[in-house]
Amino acid sequence: MVWLFYLAAAVALFCTVMVITRLNAVHALLYMVMALLSLALIFFLLGAPFIAALEVIVYAGAIMVLFVFVIMMLNIGPQSVDQERRWFNLSTWRGLVFIAGILLIELIIALRLGFPEPLDVTEVTPHQVSLSLFGPYLLGVELASMLLLAGLVGAYHLGRREQERPKK
Amino acid sequence: MTAIPLNHALILSAMLFTVGLVGLLVRRNIFFMLMSIEIMLNAAGLAFIVAGTRWGQPDGQVMFLFILALAAAEVSIGLALILRLYQQFKTMDVDAAHELQG
Repeated sequence: MVWLFYLAAAVALFCTVMVITRLNAVHALLYMVMALLSLALIFFLLGAPFIAALEVIVYAGAIMVLFVFVIMMLNIGPQSVDQERRWFNLSTWRGLVFIAGILLIELIIALRLGFPEPLDVTEVTPHQVSLSLFGPYLLGVELASMLLLAGLVGAYHLGRREQERPKK
Repeated sequence: MTAIPLNHALILSAMLFTVGLVGLLVRRNIFFMLMSIEIMLNAAGLAFIVAGTRWGQPDGQVMFLFILALAAAEVSIGLALILRLYQQFKTMDVDAAHELQG
């Protein structure tokens, strides 16, 4: 079953590269959904079925739908693709890809030195995760709920229309 | 069960993170920058899951749940900011907002 991991990893990497090189935002979003689904498969293979389900439901479902809603609200036409094509020049990419490649090579060398042993995957069940979540990490859960509330209030405040603002 | 090499999974995480970093640095469209941040958060989450599997502990998955909550909050604020930017400047270019005019 190891080949499934490599296949999913190849799909995830390909889709992620496609996300950052597309000119059309909707195409990039579709590739992003594919990358997230293959990552969910990787999580499943790594013995985390609960996280795999959440990746599909929350990331590929809810968060990507938010992105789609914003694209629909902005109603950007074909002129945005033309603008992207003007910004998409090789001279910008070359240097940054070179620098990021150096970083990646350093990371790969460090990781290859560090952990030579193969991973024997034992499934961590949702039961264990829930017990841990509502035991030692209870304060973290409460803080996450506060963060989400702050995000909700902030998004509501920023998303109001201009003319509803009180005049100074 | 399966025996996936630990360093291969971590290298995949590093590769995804680097691709997200390149996307964040190169693109000028704020929409793509936000998506690149999502890619980087996912890569970090993958590293947490791998570490949690290595030691057979649920802590890695708990950390992924926190990353998920963080990403949801960050995306809602970021998309609201994108909407305001587009209303104000009629463009998705981040450089359009380089002057703080209040």
